Amino acid sequence: MDAILRTENLCVEYRTRSLKVDIKPALKDLNLSVRAGEIFGFLGPNGAGKTTTINVLLGFIPPASGAAYLFGIDVRQPIARQRIGYLPEMTYYYKFLTAEELLRFYARIFGLPSSEADKRIDRLLKLVELEPARKRLIKTYSKGMQQRVGIAQALINNPDLLVLDEPTSGLDPLGRMKVREIIQRLKNDGKTVFFSSHELGEVETVCDRVAIIHQGELKTLGRVDELVAQHGVNLEKVFLDIIGYQLQPAL
Amino acid sequence: MNTIWALAGVVIKELYRRKDFYVLFVLTAVITFVAGSVQFFHDPNIVRYVEDLCMLLIWISALLITIATAARQIPAERESRTIFPLLAKPVTRGQVILGKFFGCWLASGIALAVFYLFFAVITGSREHYWPVADYFQAFLLQWIMLGIVTAMTLLGSILFAAPSSTVTILFIVVAGILFLGRHLNTVALHNDEPLRSIFYTIYFIIPHLELFDVRERVVNDWGLVNWLDCGLAALYAAAYTGLFLLLTWLGFRRKSLT
Repeated sequence: MDAILRTENLCVEYRTRSLKVDIKPALKDLNLSVRAGEIFGFLGPNGAGKTTTINVLLGFIPPASGAAYLFGIDVRQPIARQRIGYLPEMTYYYKFLTAEELLRFYARIFGLPSSEADKRIDRLLKLVELEPARKRLIKTYSKGMQQRVGIAQALINNPDLLVLDEPTSGLDPLGRMKVREIIQRLKNDGKTVFFSSHELGEVETVCDRVAIIHQGELKTLGRVDELVAQHGVNLEKVFLDIIGYQLQPAL
Repeated sequence: MNTIWALAGVVIKELYRRKDFYVLFVLTAVITFVAGSVQFFHDPNIVRYVEDLCMLLIWISALLITIATAARQIPAERESRTIFPLLAKPVTRGQVILGKFFGCWLASGIALAVFYLFFAVITGSREHYWPVADYFQAFLLQWIMLGIVTAMTLLGSILFAAPSSTVTILFIVVAGILFLGRHLNTVALHNDEPLRSIFYTIYFIIPHLELFDVRERVVNDWGLVNWLDCGLAALYAAAYTGLFLLLTWLGFRRKSLT
């Protein structure tokens, strides 16, 4: 099966202000491959390099060496992002716009004709259950509603690949369930989803394969069911084992 | 171009949903209305003086709106992190700069048109004289000048840390050019080296914004500037605007978003 998302020996370095260390590696020779139609979980503790990887994939930061490709196109080319949807961890949208205006703005960026944009906006606002609030300014929305606007904007171009950066972070259980349902529905529609998360139970429920990174290095990559069977424990324990966390005996 | 116009549309929406434009407009409108309505001793010269004052007010308000709007565009995108979902679409940083530029320039043009319309109605209703072509030319030249100011401010917003510093510095620079720009060659002539060369260099480098100021002609009814000269002034402005936008793009291209 073709890889929709691929990284080859990807390295990213950050300059630090420390006197002793000038350059800090954030990613070390990362090799990933995500296939069409799968839900791929990207896991790691805070500071492991998950968001850095997503930042490279979206062209926000250049790699120090190696390469990353979306649909076989180098991520440094803007056209590589034509068929993807991105949902950031926090809600970063123009709060002086309504949900409808925001979606129309992004639809224009993708060059959608007005009639097609109208249809998609109606469909997406229904999908994320924001139809009644479509004419309200985003600044009046709750966090859960803002996250759902985010999902709608990520889907406006009917993308083949969705990149979700901790999509349920900060949401209440109901909000999380709704986001999870939407991800499941996208999988049923044949979309590829690449998402980073700390919610290991959620990852275990929805993902086909996972990659675990720690300190910028890929520690493991495989099918969720195989990893769980191999270690004989749930994904949370697998994760803790792989990153080398030792459970303290109860005092 | 779709992307650029979409971005410009967001800038315009932001301007009319913020309160600062309305505050400035109401302030300018009240002063223009009061000043334009009174006739001191029925002396036409005093009326002209008041008109001059009103036009100065329009200039200051338009500059404030333009600089304040342009200065916050890119820093606000970075601070509120709206730049991330935007650049995750097939949008280049160059398109972001152009979209912001056209948005700010169009927004300042709309605000300026409202100011001029109001000024024309007030003075016209008092004097029963409607020099529409003069007002249109004054508006057009001022708007072209605001294009240079918008591009300069976008460059400033890349160079300086906070939008407030950009606004302050740009307002001082623009005011300095408008008041002193035309006299710099004379100042250079009255100085010894190396000051002479320094003043001459500044004189030849800066965009001469004062070339676009035809307030005196409008107020004293001296007639229109030759349209060919206006065209040349527009080319002059386009060259400076292009240069500032290029420098902005070069700065923004390498700027870290994280």
